[in-house]
Amino acid sequence: MIVADRKPIQEILEMVKDYERVLILGCKGCVTVCNVGGDKEVGILASILKIARKKEGRPLEVHERTLERQCDPEYIDQVKDQVSQYDAVISMACGVGPQFLSEAYPQQRFYPAVNTTFFGGALGHGVWVERCAGCGTCLIHYFDGLCPIARCSKSLLHGPCGGSAKGKCEISKDVECIWDKIVRKKMEEGRIEDVTRIRPAKDWRTARDGGPRKSVREELVQ
Amino acid sequence: MRLNYPSSVKVIQIPCTGRVDILHLLKAIEDGADGVYVAGCLEGECHFLTGNLKAKKRVQFVKKALKEAGVEPERVEMFNLSAGEGPRFAEIAREMADRIKSLGPSPVRMKKAA
Repeated sequence: MIVADRKPIQEILEMVKDYERVLILGCKGCVTVCNVGGDKEVGILASILKIARKKEGRPLEVHERTLERQCDPEYIDQVKDQVSQYDAVISMACGVGPQFLSEAYPQQRFYPAVNTTFFGGALGHGVWVERCAGCGTCLIHYFDGLCPIARCSKSLLHGPCGGSAKGKCEISKDVECIWDKIVRKKMEEGRIEDVTRIRPAKDWRTARDGGPRKSVREELVQ
Repeated sequence: MRLNYPSSVKVIQIPCTGRVDILHLLKAIEDGADGVYVAGCLEGECHFLTGNLKAKKRVQFVKKALKEAGVEPERVEMFNLSAGEGPRFAEIAREMADRIKSLGPSPVRMKKAA
């Protein structure tokens, strides 16, 4: 899923400081699963904003709604009669949401309430980790299901580097060296020769290096 | 025991503090309560194992949120006591009422009235 974190309240308050009536739009997709922008979090943000503005003596009228997703035009369409009724709209979806909304309703101002951070999964309640860098050319099968692009600080294809010590990466004691894990796993399974293979340079054009990406599936295009 | 505690304290009963939601606490403050506290069982004594520990984390979240919103986080608190500690219940009620008195009325409510 796409993982995000809510922006600091002060930053959101600054965004809406000139407004008196706003709509907070949540998303039932990834941000609901990572507990940052679903129905519940929309309610919490609305309440905090109302408390802060009441304290200032300038009450803020906040309405709440959560869309099925904010990354599909059919759901964006559902608020077409609603968005113009507000001074501004705060989106709690990932970065896709405010952009799709802005494109659909160019007259309205949309503000992101979350910082979209990475593609990842939950290790447990409240802990998410990055597992995919969306590089466009998946190689994890060469590394026993451990992605060195997303999980090595340098995205090395021939690791580990000199910064690996006791299974940790030199950037932080909290960051595991994924190459340490890859090598150990290969050794355990008797396939250490895999890591001695020279791999051709990765084609980064499929990643962000090739500019904004687009995927077209002809069989689905109408 | 016929213990007295401040009449400003309104008790809302719930089956377990694990039922306390972030929104319950926030809405109380939003609607003008001067303070809210959660009286849960002693840590490690929850009948549902972790209800009071969950409540503790939610209270911490609300304290942080209030601080960010410019409202004193001390207006929200979590206390732990057993169901057999009546005198402690009254003591906590007085402690919290005194705390709120020293903080003064909620800035949220004051501005609303103005």
